[in-house]
Amino acid sequence: MELTETKQVQSDFPGEIHPTAGGGIIVSSFDGLINWARSNSLWPLTFATSCCGIEMMSTASAKYDFSRFGFEVTRATPRQADVIIIAGTIVNKMGPVLKRLYDQMADPKYVIAMGACAISGGPFFYNTYSVVKGADHIIPVDVYIPGCPPRPEALLHALISLQEKIKSGLTREQIREGSNV
Amino acid sequence: MYTQTEVIKDTTTAKGAENELVINMGPQHPATHGVLHLVVTLDGETVKKIEPHLGYIHRSIEKMTESLTYRQFTYVTSRMDYLSAHINNLACAMTVEKAMQIEVPERARVIRVLMNELTRIASHELWIGAMAMDLGAFTPFFYAFREREMITEIMEDSCGARLTMNYMVPGGVMHDIHPDFQKKVKAFVQQFKDKVTEYEDLVTNNVIFQSRTKGVGYLSKEDAISYGCSGPVARASGVSCDIRKIYPYEVYDKVEFDEVLDTAGDSFARYIVRIKEMNQSIRIIEQLIDTIPEGDFQAKTKAVLKPPKGEFYTRVETARGELGVYLVSEGGTTPYRIKYRSPGFSNLSALDHMARGGKIGDLMATMGTLDLVIPDIDR
Repeated sequence: MELTETKQVQSDFPGEIHPTAGGGIIVSSFDGLINWARSNSLWPLTFATSCCGIEMMSTASAKYDFSRFGFEVTRATPRQADVIIIAGTIVNKMGPVLKRLYDQMADPKYVIAMGACAISGGPFFYNTYSVVKGADHIIPVDVYIPGCPPRPEALLHALISLQEKIKSGLTREQIREGSNV
Repeated sequence: MYTQTEVIKDTTTAKGAENELVINMGPQHPATHGVLHLVVTLDGETVKKIEPHLGYIHRSIEKMTESLTYRQFTYVTSRMDYLSAHINNLACAMTVEKAMQIEVPERARVIRVLMNELTRIASHELWIGAMAMDLGAFTPFFYAFREREMITEIMEDSCGARLTMNYMVPGGVMHDIHPDFQKKVKAFVQQFKDKVTEYEDLVTNNVIFQSRTKGVGYLSKEDAISYGCSGPVARASGVSCDIRKIYPYEVYDKVEFDEVLDTAGDSFARYIVRIKEMNQSIRIIEQLIDTIPEGDFQAKTKAVLKPPKGEFYTRVETARGELGVYLVSEGGTTPYRIKYRSPGFSNLSALDHMARGGKIGDLMATMGTLDLVIPDIDR
């Protein structure tokens, strides 16, 4: 396809068009399609260390029901999971295990830090010798949910935020630099 | 300390007899309800030995409390056994009250008991869902959470939080109950009575469930005592150990309820005991809900609590068993030492004995009915 032709279809074509030679149109519109598909079928790992896990179960139950957003296929093995919701405190002994779980997940993989403990250590920030002060010391985190424990609505909001983040197709670095999501 | 690399070495070299296989269950496993790590030695499908490895959620709560004041330290205990958060808070508040000889108003006592029993029901509801899920049934989870959500809403109205309430404070309760409290609790009691038969149809009378739990994970009365089991686990083996009956606290001596006992000692007996316990909790709630006395919800206490020098011990009955709080005070504003005797730890110690000789599939049923909360064990 010639570059001149891409300029002609630009007005009514929904995808992004890059001025690169050959197949630019198809690649970029597939990206959008793939991101859309990925964002709507995220399979979470059943990973809960403490209290936040109970609120995660509440979110899975009939009243809140996160299957409305495509999250109901909770997987017990990291090899089949797309997103890991760190629900609870991570202590020093658990740190290597969390890292290994993350490494075992297939790309693309996403991380949600649920609750104050996973963000910063939370109520266990001071005076303890065994708590990791934030799960992002071990693995990169995409979405943080504050609360101790966060409400199920907060978890739903985080899941929707993650979907939007995936749909935007930006990397963590691009978002950090201030691009619009 | 048992590190990850050592565990892997164990599996590949398979120490011991030739037919033995060592597998690791956890720390990431859906049926361990958290981050419990079991090193299971198998001969074919038969369990030969179970070695629990703890510490994957050890948050040093006991050490933390040494630097928190007597008003602050109750809050951390909500995160210990988060399914019995109220009861944990109560144990701590009662220890301080005992040390300082604070007289708690009657209204606060009744509210405390009501909240405790609601917590107990919520905990058992969640347990039904989780245990049924371990055994492969998914529907009971949704049924159980339907009622549990009603309780969390009641808690949210009065306490301000759904799960970690921090409602019990030394001297009483933090706020007065919500104006709708009595109405909502009555609605819940009605709903629970209507719907509890659904559990009977769905789980109790289910042939698959019965054949998976009857005779599985047997624990004799003598063993239950020698392992220090408490709560429904011990009561299913015929040990009378309900702290609410033996050492009544708050207003438990004024209400009528039965201590649920069973003698079968297997997983099914533990299930039946918990179901019957929920009915007893409903009975207690019904007796108290209409007669909450008027008055203060909190005793007048000093801003800074300073218990006298000495050692104090309190015990309460959580949804899992006996929780003991041992406090050593030096007379200052913070405790010198606090030790929690958590029910889950002792109940877990019996797991090896119960599962030995059984099949690995039955291990799920045994562990499910122990109702372990791992942060309660590790603290």
